[in-house]
Amino acid sequence: MHPFRYVAPTTIDEAVAVLAEHGERARPLAGGTDLLVQTRTGRFDLDAVVDIKRIPELTTLSLSPDGLTLGAAVPCYQIYESEEVVRAYPGLIDAASLIGGIQIQSRASIGGNLSNASPSADGIGPLIVHYAQANIAGPSGQRSIPVEDFCAGPGRSVLGHGEFLVSLTIPLPPSSFGAAYQRFIPRNEMDIAVAGVASSVSLNGAGDRIESARIALAAVGPTPILALEAGNALAGKAPIAEALAEAGDAAASACSPIDDMRGDADYRRELVRVLTRRTLTAALERARG
Amino acid sequence: MTQNASGTQKVVVSPTINGQRYDLLIDPYQSLLDTLREAAGLTGTKEGCNDGNCGACTVMLDGRIVDSCLVLGAEADGHEVTTVEGIAPDGEHLHPLQQAFLEEAALQCGICTPGFLVSAKALLDSEPKPSEERIRLWLAGNLCRCTGYDKIVRAVQKASE
Repeated sequence: MHPFRYVAPTTIDEAVAVLAEHGERARPLAGGTDLLVQTRTGRFDLDAVVDIKRIPELTTLSLSPDGLTLGAAVPCYQIYESEEVVRAYPGLIDAASLIGGIQIQSRASIGGNLSNASPSADGIGPLIVHYAQANIAGPSGQRSIPVEDFCAGPGRSVLGHGEFLVSLTIPLPPSSFGAAYQRFIPRNEMDIAVAGVASSVSLNGAGDRIESARIALAAVGPTPILALEAGNALAGKAPIAEALAEAGDAAASACSPIDDMRGDADYRRELVRVLTRRTLTAALERARG
Repeated sequence: MTQNASGTQKVVVSPTINGQRYDLLIDPYQSLLDTLREAAGLTGTKEGCNDGNCGACTVMLDGRIVDSCLVLGAEADGHEVTTVEGIAPDGEHLHPLQQAFLEEAALQCGICTPGFLVSAKALLDSEPKPSEERIRLWLAGNLCRCTGYDKIVRAVQKASE
């Protein structure tokens, strides 16, 4: 491992200054559950690790009528231990409670999961179907982008020189909204997804028509994928089995999986079809309360 | 501050470990696991995989269990750490979990045991009567290659009675 120095700034500006000074040779540290492993295996040779957990904006979890502001370093357990968040953001809760074991959930953050930009990330699809925005700070100030535009390739994001993720903003869902995330792994827990699907739906007042839907896919392409057409095609339809099956077919044709040791491409496409149906069904149940 | 071979400066960190404050001189890239074992001389915490999969190095950091291999020693500055050395109530008696592990033969080679004890203690501290399913789920981040887990789960159940 390349020796690095440890910096723990208390403001966003100080963190940006250190990150900009070192460029590719510095990374922000939230829970460290990806970063410290990657420094040890030589994926990064770093001169500085910037612990962002002493910056107040990075550890804030606050719910207002506008929605949830989730600091990029808030660990998973704080998300699923908040009753208000559990009620409003079920898709996010599915992810926060299945990433790693209890030790990992004490440290790992959803913001870190996004910044790591793994195609198989469990946390990114749920953010996308909850319409989350990523709030980014850098040398030229702050900007916000939709989470579906954040990843650029396996392990790569659109973050520029000196930029880092500060927080996520997730709008408060309407009353007849539900979301769910499920993944397929060969064991019961603690593994990397062969494929994962997050779905969300909004129902009309009577509960007999889908107003809008979103479907996002994990581990079946170079980045997490927003299957926009598969979700949009559900709008205006009755929430019946045929519609969900069609959405599954559309989601399966929106992905571009590879063959690897976890599964071949056809298998992954079939998993997307099945998991889309199942997560839509779970999201509908939650939407009906 | 002293310069080490790599050119980064050593740092002084002051965690409270098992209720006692330590001032430790460490490398800024040193893990909490190495800090505990090499700087503080507390070798009860074991290194297994050193990449956050096995849980052998589990300690409590401010009351939450973490893999100490995935924490930097520098991050623990000013924070509370509890290791396996800190779970028995005094020098004379074992913690009920330790006693139950002995009675139920819940260990063989012993490398995973400190991690299991710290994890299980954190569970029983917050949930005195967990179900078997809850115990198994909570301990999913701790791997044991000897016992097959049943004896460990039985020991935790016994300690919770």
